[in-house]
Amino acid sequence: MLHMLEKTIADNPLITAFAFVGVVIWVSNQIGRHLTGGRVAGSAIAVLGGLALAYWGGAVTGKAKGLADIATFSGLALMGGAMMRDFTIVATASEVHVDEAKKAGWLGVIALLLGTVLPFIIGVLVAWSFGYTDPIALTTIGAGAVTYIVGPVTGAAIGASSDVMALSIATGVVKAIMVMVFTPVFARFMGLSTPQSAMVFGGLAGTVSGVSAGLAATDRKLVPYGALVATFHTGLGCLLGPSVLYLAVKAITW
Amino acid sequence: MVIFGTALLAACYLAGIWVGEAIAVLIGVKANVGGVGIAMIFLIAAQHFLKTKGLFPADTEKGVTFWAMMYIPVVVAMAATQNVVVAIKGGPIALLSAVGSFLLCFGVVALINRSMQRHASPEEADASAALASAPDALKSR
Repeated sequence: MLHMLEKTIADNPLITAFAFVGVVIWVSNQIGRHLTGGRVAGSAIAVLGGLALAYWGGAVTGKAKGLADIATFSGLALMGGAMMRDFTIVATASEVHVDEAKKAGWLGVIALLLGTVLPFIIGVLVAWSFGYTDPIALTTIGAGAVTYIVGPVTGAAIGASSDVMALSIATGVVKAIMVMVFTPVFARFMGLSTPQSAMVFGGLAGTVSGVSAGLAATDRKLVPYGALVATFHTGLGCLLGPSVLYLAVKAITW
Repeated sequence: MVIFGTALLAACYLAGIWVGEAIAVLIGVKANVGGVGIAMIFLIAAQHFLKTKGLFPADTEKGVTFWAMMYIPVVVAMAATQNVVVAIKGGPIALLSAVGSFLLCFGVVALINRSMQRHASPEEADASAALASAPDALKSR
């Protein structure tokens, strides 16, 4: 019986990956709800869990593709590969409504630009101070400080290595979790009280999961405004990361 | 039909990536320059156009939104296939750049919001009241 199950799994790697990721996210949601009192969104815990599993897979097999190097989980490489990732990210743009976007106005645009460029500069500076000089690695880590999506998308576009990509994702995930946990703490300091202030926050803090979870814990009414601007964050980052920002880093390090 | 939505998404994706490749060749960079972002702009524009023409029924939209909702699971799968063992060696980088950008962003939010609230005129108060009626389509996330 067990042998047949093994064969079934080995023959259907992508389907196995769907089922496996579903279980990981379910467990993460439970952890988020019960152990952190809903403060940390399940999605961020799931991404962290993914990284932890990748560490385990890498440690067991001694290879470079994380959990996907274990035959049972090889479908993860297809499910989490560049093609599926970019395809689903483009799909998220469907949730942006042009009329709503116009309401965000110039303030939202300025907040978004600052929210992309400032973390990027910090990320590049930190990576540089740790001895990275390759513009591809610098750009990928800097983009990771924007969000954990912008990092790998940028890295894949400019040809970064997997370890730099993992570092870039880790940076983005840590930032997202910090935003989730500390938004309620710093809400008064940041003047988060009006829809407009929530939009500024959404543009600067980035990550939809971080912003929506953070605002939800601060004041539920503010969530759509912050999330509305934050949804552009990933798109803008994916647009600027491999283009303007990469070229800027390349020009400086030349 | 659901497939029309997915096909529209696929077309926008391919068009965006293609433009990204073309820009890369034009400026002489070995990368796809902003292809994903350009594809997103195409999708937003195409959807807006079709919706105003009444050519984007709920069924078709499902073909797009399904993939949008699959994005977090796909990111989890992506995270599970990274070379984390090597990345751990650079651990402090992730922590420092995350903390640094987090502090800077929160500081700038405070700066903008405080200066805005200090200079808030009655006109702006009206504008933010109007914003309160914005739809909350994003709650599903």
